[in-house]
Amino acid sequence: MKMDHLRLPAKIALFVLVGVLLLAAAAYASGNDTVATAMASATAPDGAHLGPDTGVPWWVWPTVLLFFCFILGIIAVLAGVGGGVLYVPLVSGFFPFHLDFVRGAGLMVALAGALAAGPGLLKRNFASLRLALPVALIASSCAIVGAYLGMALPTNVVQLCLGGTIVFIAGLLLVSKNTAHPVVTKQDALSVALGMDGAYRDPATGELVQWKTHHTLPGLLLFIIIGVMAGMFGLGAGWANVPVLNLLMGAPLKVAVGTSKFLLSITDTSAAWVYLNRGCVIPLMAIPSIVGLMLGSFVGVRLLAKAKPTFIRYMVIGVLLLAGGKALMKGLGI
Amino acid sequence: MSENAKHDGKASPAQITYANMLFYGAWSGLGILVLTYFLYISGIVPPHVPLKEIPLLWSQPVHTYLELGHVPVGWGWLALIGQGDFLNFIGIVILASMTLVCYIPLIPSLLKHGEKALATMAALEILVLALAASGLVNGGGH
Repeated sequence: MKMDHLRLPAKIALFVLVGVLLLAAAAYASGNDTVATAMASATAPDGAHLGPDTGVPWWVWPTVLLFFCFILGIIAVLAGVGGGVLYVPLVSGFFPFHLDFVRGAGLMVALAGALAAGPGLLKRNFASLRLALPVALIASSCAIVGAYLGMALPTNVVQLCLGGTIVFIAGLLLVSKNTAHPVVTKQDALSVALGMDGAYRDPATGELVQWKTHHTLPGLLLFIIIGVMAGMFGLGAGWANVPVLNLLMGAPLKVAVGTSKFLLSITDTSAAWVYLNRGCVIPLMAIPSIVGLMLGSFVGVRLLAKAKPTFIRYMVIGVLLLAGGKALMKGLGI
Repeated sequence: MSENAKHDGKASPAQITYANMLFYGAWSGLGILVLTYFLYISGIVPPHVPLKEIPLLWSQPVHTYLELGHVPVGWGWLALIGQGDFLNFIGIVILASMTLVCYIPLIPSLLKHGEKALATMAALEILVLALAASGLVNGGGH
């Protein structure tokens, strides 16, 4: 894993990401220094008070966020992970936003990306509506429960759970070996009843790939947990959808990835509504995040052919461990 | 979603309809989002919560933002749609509504092909999303 293995665009993306992170950390730290001098210029009767006035103009953070999310979008595509899973831990760790708003924006980021990708995936049959319908119903119902839990639990508890989840995801990315075409010898009864089978034409080979699922019941049950976590942390859930659809249920990798991305557009919708209705979406920070990440994703797709994704994947695992550790420390009050 | 459509590698007509609706809805929503954001940050449409006050609020829990910013919850933003910050909610709500809207034509299409179980699931999904959007499940908060 040497930097020499990286092509120029990936190196530039890495350096810019590190630069933006350092800038964010420095600005955040300067803000903390001024807490004592500029605290609570307005206080409500029940003790709610304004945060510290850092002296940083209002437009600075949205601008930094736009560029940060642009780089994040590139990295996410190259590493094969969703934007939300990087956005929530990194932005909550290195930016001055409260976790409530980061989760709300994280869900909108994941939702916008999934909605934009959905049509292409559906038309190419990489996303299967038949596979998605039962899974989405379970995951989206449970995402509402997760969002409710996330709003009801104290912030430090959510931070702690988020940290643990992020570290777990990093481990999962490290050990998970997805299979392009899992062998499914026998379609189970539930899969037959729900018609969880289909075919797609592989554009690389022109081959018609037929598929069917097995282990459908345990797979569907796992989406209860996935839905709760997606709603609770605002992470998106591609990191969990893909292994369950591919490794457990036996969907081909392309169908698992495509259906997972499409699923996010349904699961995250239900959770996003809860956060929206609770006032957790601040347009000033959410919209630059959405736009930045989407633009970055388009550039990332173009760079995908040139970059060496292996190093980036390991780098993302490292960043996730760092962000997960920071969330754990925040949760523990360290 | 006939057997033929399913096994020749082509997407079913229902899936294509869903994809087309999603395509136009999602990109319209994103376009509106960018436009309203420009109107908001440029000051052309004045905001409800002044821009310079937002950085004092976004580091605090949501209840502080709601209380000190006098921000409504649920669909209360509709009353403030003429303000720059809440104007952005048009695009956000379009994005958050697309899945629900795309699901509606699925039901007759699935029923037409005798897919009663899937049609029921699609109807239930619409109910779940409508429930989430209604704001009826908005308890909690810290």
